[in-house]
Amino acid sequence: MKLFDIAHSRTGDKGDISNISVIAYDEKDYARLAAHVTAERVKEHFKGIVHGDVVRYELPSIGALNFVMYEALGGGVTRSLALDPHGKCLGSALLALEIPDSDV
Amino acid sequence: MKTIRIGAGAGYSGDRIEPALELAQKGKIDYLVFECLAERTIAIAQKAKLADPTKGYDALLSDRMEAVLKVCAEKGIKIITNMGAANPEAGAEKTREIAAAQGLSLKIAAVSGDDVLETLKSGDIKITETGQPAASMSNVLVSGNAYLGAAPIVEALEQGADVVITGRVADPALFLAPQIKEFGWAFDDWAHLAKGTAVGHLLECGGQVTGGYFAEPGRKDVQGLGHLGFPIAEVSEDGSFVITKVESAGGHVTTDTCKEQILYEVHDPKSYLTPDVTADFSQITFTQEGPDRVRVEGVTGRERPATLKVSVGYVNGYIGEGQISYAGPGALARAKLALEIVQERLDIIGLQSSELRYDLIGVNAIHRDVLAPQPEPTEVRARVTGRCESMKEAVRIGNEVETLYTNGPAGGGGATKSARQVVAMLSALVPRAAVTPRIQIIEVQS
Repeated sequence: MKLFDIAHSRTGDKGDISNISVIAYDEKDYARLAAHVTAERVKEHFKGIVHGDVVRYELPSIGALNFVMYEALGGGVTRSLALDPHGKCLGSALLALEIPDSDV
Repeated sequence: MKTIRIGAGAGYSGDRIEPALELAQKGKIDYLVFECLAERTIAIAQKAKLADPTKGYDALLSDRMEAVLKVCAEKGIKIITNMGAANPEAGAEKTREIAAAQGLSLKIAAVSGDDVLETLKSGDIKITETGQPAASMSNVLVSGNAYLGAAPIVEALEQGADVVITGRVADPALFLAPQIKEFGWAFDDWAHLAKGTAVGHLLECGGQVTGGYFAEPGRKDVQGLGHLGFPIAEVSEDGSFVITKVESAGGHVTTDTCKEQILYEVHDPKSYLTPDVTADFSQITFTQEGPDRVRVEGVTGRERPATLKVSVGYVNGYIGEGQISYAGPGALARAKLALEIVQERLDIIGLQSSELRYDLIGVNAIHRDVLAPQPEPTEVRARVTGRCESMKEAVRIGNEVETLYTNGPAGGGGATKSARQVVAMLSALVPRAAVTPRIQIIEVQS
């Protein structure tokens, strides 16, 4: 299944840094997110877009993860050549990540 | 226990105005806050002020004030906004004119002092991203604005201001200030300042917490998005609060809308830095108390940062762009050919460019190659954009796309082209002592 099936997200930007929240619809699914949506996987998923580090922050109290991705926005909204200079659509790309159908 | 209600009248400069009027009329609010200043907006406003010293405030300031001043005056609702942008004094003067024309008696405060451009040009402040001295960029610097905290807004309210117009202020501080004023919190009461900052962060994007920017049809349906209402925070003096909205307004406030908004543009949730406090959102919880009523708990705080962040605006060359569409069978192949042709011609004319980008909109323009290829689309828009040192060079990019009409693949349509100067942003940190907030109060008597 896709991450899209169990989580929602919102993307924000500050300078050349994008952050994407990944929020479990059901807080019981938080452990699955934490197990399968690692910083390494996110970095690999965004290869070619995100050129810097990816840092993951954990918020079990609301069943959410927050990914901070450096060098992700072509220099930032003010100077990017991208059609989506804020990178607002990146969260949707992350929700396309495949995760196991049943938990391991 | 004393409780106040704060409404968010705007989430960004170009935001809708009707929800603010609805809040003023039906929201039973004590304060109406308009957050209208983004990273880039202030540099553009600085350029406008350079061209005309009476300008440099928000483009919609007049429209917003004309819409809400009278009803706010009648109901005793105080207005706080960063619509002053690069020129709070001029924004206050424009507001005075509107109040006078509407026959209102008001005290209007302008909060300034955030402009640190001269300090950057002459001092030894370093650019955060590059480590280089800001002074070495003085020939291209356009603006330098420090993020002020809540203190000068609190001071303006204590001097009796009905309307407070600021320049660069940390977004949550606009909402924190009335809480400090009403509840008498100390400026080192980190626990309360952090809760009040969470109020600000949840409200500062307007409709983003009432169901705007949230809907995913079939999964996250939102009713009444066409008449989306903006949020209200109901805050008690112990710092506990509920996010809600006007009952008749569209949209909804749920634990999910709050979860998305609390992390919006946040990096480390343990350390959300503002000029007023280091807030910790990492243990936050949301509880649905009723329809469109979400209680927020678990926010803590620590001492504020020692320095203030500065948004540094600088001229960073020119961007040129051209687009053209291809449709029907073979559209993708023709669009790819179009991009190859433009690439070859930009080489032939010897375009001077430090960065070029070729996109097929509908194919790879947004997510590049992150997502797997989809079935061939029936419409594709080819886009070429690049960064140049001069306007003259930047213009050539769009021209080469436009000439695809008679010199490219079959059936191209709807070509557009543009070129613009880029005002880009960097950041810096300055000592608090480098910034002296100023408050100017003007009165209008009917």
